Amino acid sequence: MSKNIKVKLKNLIILAFTFLKIGALTFGGGYAMISIIEREASAKRKWLTSEEMLDIVAIAESTPGPIALNSATFVGAKVAGFLGAFVASISVMLPPIVIITLISSLLTRYFDNPYVNWAFLGMRAGVAALILNAVINLGKFLKTEKRPAVYAVFFLCLVFGLLSVFHIISFDNIFIVLGTIVFGIIYTLFDSFFKKRKQKILPNKLDGSMTEDDREKK
Amino acid sequence: MSIYLDLFLSFFKISLFTVGGGYAMIPFIQSTVLSKGWISPELLINFIGIAESTPGPFAVNISTFIGYNLGGLLGVFCAISGLFIPPFLIIISIFYVGKKFSSNKIVKGVFIFLRPAVLALILSAFASVAYSTVIVSDGATTFFNWFGIILMVVTFIAMRFLKKIHPIVFLFASAGLGLIFYGFVL
Repeated sequence: MSKNIKVKLKNLIILAFTFLKIGALTFGGGYAMISIIEREASAKRKWLTSEEMLDIVAIAESTPGPIALNSATFVGAKVAGFLGAFVASISVMLPPIVIITLISSLLTRYFDNPYVNWAFLGMRAGVAALILNAVINLGKFLKTEKRPAVYAVFFLCLVFGLLSVFHIISFDNIFIVLGTIVFGIIYTLFDSFFKKRKQKILPNKLDGSMTEDDREKK
Repeated sequence: MSIYLDLFLSFFKISLFTVGGGYAMIPFIQSTVLSKGWISPELLINFIGIAESTPGPFAVNISTFIGYNLGGLLGVFCAISGLFIPPFLIIISIFYVGKKFSSNKIVKGVFIFLRPAVLALILSAFASVAYSTVIVSDGATTFFNWFGIILMVVTFIAMRFLKKIHPIVFLFASAGLGLIFYGFVL
């Protein structure tokens, strides 16, 4: 019993140190962090197999929240349950919180300095380039995409997104995501309904009425 | 509403809708922070630049920045708690309830459309940052920043061709070139 607690405590301490290190030394967040987590948690500590690591990445990507934070929570839970999840995710956040708080308290004093201003004006162009670069990287999936509905969603969201950022219509971007989720659910239900219908020559009445109910609700 | 509660709720909401990592967060932060008038669009871009060039997850960095600027240390605590709680609870429940979540048919179906939607939102965030780069209005003066356009295009091309070099290097390079050009040439 007490040996068990000792092992748990030891695991928690190793977890904390590993994720403090990851949080303090990884630049760029997200995917950069995943490769470091993989190296530390899978290759070095053998906490997870490489398949489990892939599962974690898939879940971290498909759930809300920052990918790095999600992966830390999941790895922590895997190693030491609820407490492990808490320790890992707090540890990964702590170094950047301290660093940014220090930078913030120093920097706000210098925002009036013209030299600082000029440097930030230059950096603005760099930030724009960086975001465009991310769009190109994240948009690679469109190369193999054939469904017209995906392109329709992209262009519709782009129009609403632009209307929103240039304050032509004021609304929260979140409604674009909510609308997309609702559309995705309806599309998937209809898609599977029609596929089933193609497979069976006789339409399945029960299935059909369920989908219609769903459509009316929305 | 007190600023602390507002910070907590705003970041709770932003975190809940950020699917796909750091960059996906930028449009939601823009939308929330700017509509509430918390900080100016130019300052937000400065923060994005610093958040990208300091260690740690981008989302944590930018939330700390905004939290600290609005409410000091307590502000940081509120923003980070808001950022942290939704994904933590979701991941914990997936861990205990079952890992079939990401292989669920409807979840997969929704993701087919969520990806292009998020991509479109990041692209529109780029459009607004590019606009602030080209039309610079700092305080009383507004000017057409032609050097910014050149710097943006050159940095972007360099990023595409020199993929092995970390993006932070380009951020610092653009800051350095900005300092030299606006400070000493102009």
